[in-house]
Amino acid sequence: MADNNAIKTLDYKGLKCPMPIVKISQELPKIKVGEVVEVLTTDPGSLSDFPAWAKTTGQQVLETKQESGLIKIYVKRVK
Amino acid sequence: MTEMDVAKELESIKTQLAERPGAKKKLSMVVFSGDLDKHIASMIIATGAAAMGMEVVLFYTFWGTAALRDPAKSASGKNLIEKMFGFMLPKGRNKTKLSKMHMAGMGTAMIRSIMKKKNVASLDEMFEIAGALGVKIIICEMSMDLMGFKREEMIDYPGLSVGGVATFLADAGESSIQLFI
Repeated sequence: MADNNAIKTLDYKGLKCPMPIVKISQELPKIKVGEVVEVLTTDPGSLSDFPAWAKTTGQQVLETKQESGLIKIYVKRVK
Repeated sequence: MTEMDVAKELESIKTQLAERPGAKKKLSMVVFSGDLDKHIASMIIATGAAAMGMEVVLFYTFWGTAALRDPAKSASGKNLIEKMFGFMLPKGRNKTKLSKMHMAGMGTAMIRSIMKKKNVASLDEMFEIAGALGVKIIICEMSMDLMGFKREEMIDYPGLSVGGVATFLADAGESSIQLFI
């Protein structure tokens, strides 16, 4: 099982701004409130974009992890 | 003041707050420029805002309107000047040029190829995403008239309509973000 009890992994590797937040805004309504998804991205802008997106839309970023050439973001559906 | 009056007053303040300018999570943008780079910027902001749960309205005016022409369509009944405008202005978003470093087409071709290589969404893709996310597009009626563009030669887009300055101002007035590009 992925970290933070994520129920699935969304692979956004290679996508550039604004596609990662466009995609997550379409994917998140598909999971249940309280569930977490793991997002894989290579776009460094996502490090600040995901928290900003979450703040505006009322969702939650639990954790962002930076590994070599890969960023993992854990997003929880709050509402 | 009685308790009733206070409650009434509070209710009226609440209503005023809810209806104050900029209370809505909404973005209104004027797309004035006809340059490729500025069209890319406006589309990235528009699709990003829609993803952030905002209502988005794009008002295309002046040079911006040429990007909404459909290269596969044409309109009849144009006079000489309108035909000339039609010929001189880019026929659709994929004929727009960079505002800098166009270099007789070399720079523009280069930026398109770099965007593709770096997997940045093209204008075609972004218009499609914008349509799917419910981004509304309003074309300035007067600009179309000035340049001789007809409604039937514009792109097929789900949220496309024609309007004037009041249409834009009504949208802008209730928006929390207004931009001019």
